[in-house]
Amino acid sequence: MTPRSRLHVPSPPARPGQEPDFSYVQISAAGAVPRPDVTASVRDIENLSVEMVRVLGDDHRAVGSWNPHLEPAELQVGLRHMVLTRLFDDRMQRIQRQGRISFYIKSTGEEAVAVAPCMALQPGDMLFPSYRQQGLYMVRGRNLVDLMCQCLSNTHDMCKGRQLPIMYHWADGNIFSISGNLATQFPQAVGWAMAAAIKGEDRIAATWIGEGSSAEADFHHALTFAAVYQAPVILNVVNNQWAISTFQGFAGGEQRTFAQRGPGYGIPGIRVDGNDFLAVYAVTQWAAQRARQSGGPTLIEHVTYRAAAHSTSDDPSRYRPKEEWRAWPLGDPVTRLKQHLIALGEWSEERHTQLEKELEAHVVASWKEAERYGTLSHGPTLDPLTMFEDVLKDMPPNLVHQREELRTLIAEHAVPTPAETARAKEG
Amino acid sequence: MARMNMVQALNSAMDVMLERDPRVVILGEDVGYFGGVFRATDGLQRKHGEHRVLDTPIAEGGIIAAAIGMGVNGLKPVAEIQFADYIYPGFDQVVSELARIRYRTAGEFSAPVTIRTPCGGGIRGGQTHSQSPEALFAHVCGIKVVMPSNPYDAKGLLISSIEGDDPVVFFEPKRIYNGPFDGDPHKPAVPWSAHPRGEVPEGHFTVPLGRAAVVREGRDVSVLTYGTMVHVAEAAVRAAGVDAEIIDVRTIAPLDVDTLATSVCKTGRCLVVHEATRFGGYGAELVATVQEQCFWNLEAPIVRVTGWDTPYPHAFEWEYFPGQARVAAALKQVMEAA
Repeated sequence: MTPRSRLHVPSPPARPGQEPDFSYVQISAAGAVPRPDVTASVRDIENLSVEMVRVLGDDHRAVGSWNPHLEPAELQVGLRHMVLTRLFDDRMQRIQRQGRISFYIKSTGEEAVAVAPCMALQPGDMLFPSYRQQGLYMVRGRNLVDLMCQCLSNTHDMCKGRQLPIMYHWADGNIFSISGNLATQFPQAVGWAMAAAIKGEDRIAATWIGEGSSAEADFHHALTFAAVYQAPVILNVVNNQWAISTFQGFAGGEQRTFAQRGPGYGIPGIRVDGNDFLAVYAVTQWAAQRARQSGGPTLIEHVTYRAAAHSTSDDPSRYRPKEEWRAWPLGDPVTRLKQHLIALGEWSEERHTQLEKELEAHVVASWKEAERYGTLSHGPTLDPLTMFEDVLKDMPPNLVHQREELRTLIAEHAVPTPAETARAKEG
Repeated sequence: MARMNMVQALNSAMDVMLERDPRVVILGEDVGYFGGVFRATDGLQRKHGEHRVLDTPIAEGGIIAAAIGMGVNGLKPVAEIQFADYIYPGFDQVVSELARIRYRTAGEFSAPVTIRTPCGGGIRGGQTHSQSPEALFAHVCGIKVVMPSNPYDAKGLLISSIEGDDPVVFFEPKRIYNGPFDGDPHKPAVPWSAHPRGEVPEGHFTVPLGRAAVVREGRDVSVLTYGTMVHVAEAAVRAAGVDAEIIDVRTIAPLDVDTLATSVCKTGRCLVVHEATRFGGYGAELVATVQEQCFWNLEAPIVRVTGWDTPYPHAFEWEYFPGQARVAAALKQVMEAA
């Protein structure tokens, strides 16, 4: 027989009805990977891209040289942000199921990859998230009502009804707009960081991308530019194992870790237990310190698991085992930080229940307020004529004319209002 | 007043802006040490430093994305894409990002990026160094699209683009970098020094975006054109002895409808000329606009002269290029129609 080439089509270890199998996830023991100096050369720390930085052990104690030694009060704040993120997500998902918002994306199971880095950075550092890092908004303290109003496209919507739910932005909080076209923010963050260095500031940028969309050319552009100019930027790959229905093997994860792409470009790559709040905090702190000392970029792969559906538009039981999350070897970031605090004697089940109650009440109260500013189904919404604003800084003549055309149509009741459309859909 | 060719005028515009505004940075392939393959950034890195005039990796998507990030961080980046034919790897960053950041954030964020890129044929560039993709960008809301036809406008429009708060795609017809080109490749090249629009102030001045220019006044027919074709149209009109009004559109988007409509309503006849391909081209937008604005003044069907609907062939450049003969024939057609 003449040898022939054979196409390899990656296949996840388990599909619906099969036993979950995470034996492909290589896990280092907590504390096993030593923390190098932030000035270490890329060449000398390639092991960080293969092994896994972990601080929290199975006994819920923090061990090893990566332990950031945070005060219990800081850990409690971190826990609070993660719990709030989860409760917010749960509530918004339920609201979407009731038809009161059109779409939602939860971050359940991967709250730590947004909350911990954001706490490790300075408030002036600029964040370029993807669409599953709502935890950033919790850390930087955006009013939940504002986020909900965005999801409702109502009169207080920061995006003025122009973006799908969850595509927030916040200039005052230094969080860039979420695009919806994947990966585009990655090289933009590098450009932002280059500008910070050109201006001689000590602010740095951080950006997040899913492992799935790391297959886009934008990822490659970001790493090339970041390496070439040694831009002060932290490049986070959130490897949550699933890109809608395709597992991480379809982005190249079978051959190499995502962190290993860093050293290929001359950028340190760190593979971290993304459900270990302390480890994620520590590696971000390391990368931030390095960037601020003109040490250039760092690529961080957060190994985590997308516990929820991709979005409210897909049903994960169609493409992966239903209880796969239960088998995820790195557990739940909220539970692990909670257990760590309990082990320290700084937390209890009672206090946790109390916290959840308090935050749930906060979420519910915020929702009640947000709804007062209008819903897509029952109004009020902003004046539709605002759609012609902000296309360019000053409205060009063609848009002035088109706005007048629409004004007439609305005056003649010739177009349905958003609320009428939504009600018609409800039947 | 100095004499400049178009490359020198563009260089001068960037030099003036680098000098006046510390937020201005230049980035692109070969723009730094070497000064650009067409020399548009010659000497700028030496004068303003390598942090402000940056050579980049060969990655148009990366160049445009980095420029967006810089713009979001308060700089005014001027990105060069070496040939318009190379811009497509950055198309998503232009269409989905650059053009929409202000809109999708309701004005909270914006990226005032100017993208300069040489376009057009007539330089033996074959199908990958000759395209005129202005229609693709004119169709995108949220960016301005500009194409100058002479050194004076090139400098004034580029300064306006950099000073403005909106993103701009700035097309530079490279066939006329060194001199006005009337469409006849066999005639000796004419330098800009002999042309009135080759006189360019050395310092700061602007030509406003969104305003077309009447380059020749006339009563019988309006010729709507831009870029290289302005000069081809001028030569054809001269040869035909027609009293044509020639309008240089200059800003492709937003379009100066009033200047166009006033002219066509006056002359009653209209010819649209561009180098780009015809089907779905920018000329279709011009024709539609004229039809909407001037239908009852029209005395003849509007005629288009454009590149053929094929890629730009290397060996048959002058058969492809919509030269004087085609413009003259179209003039005759539009003048003789009832």
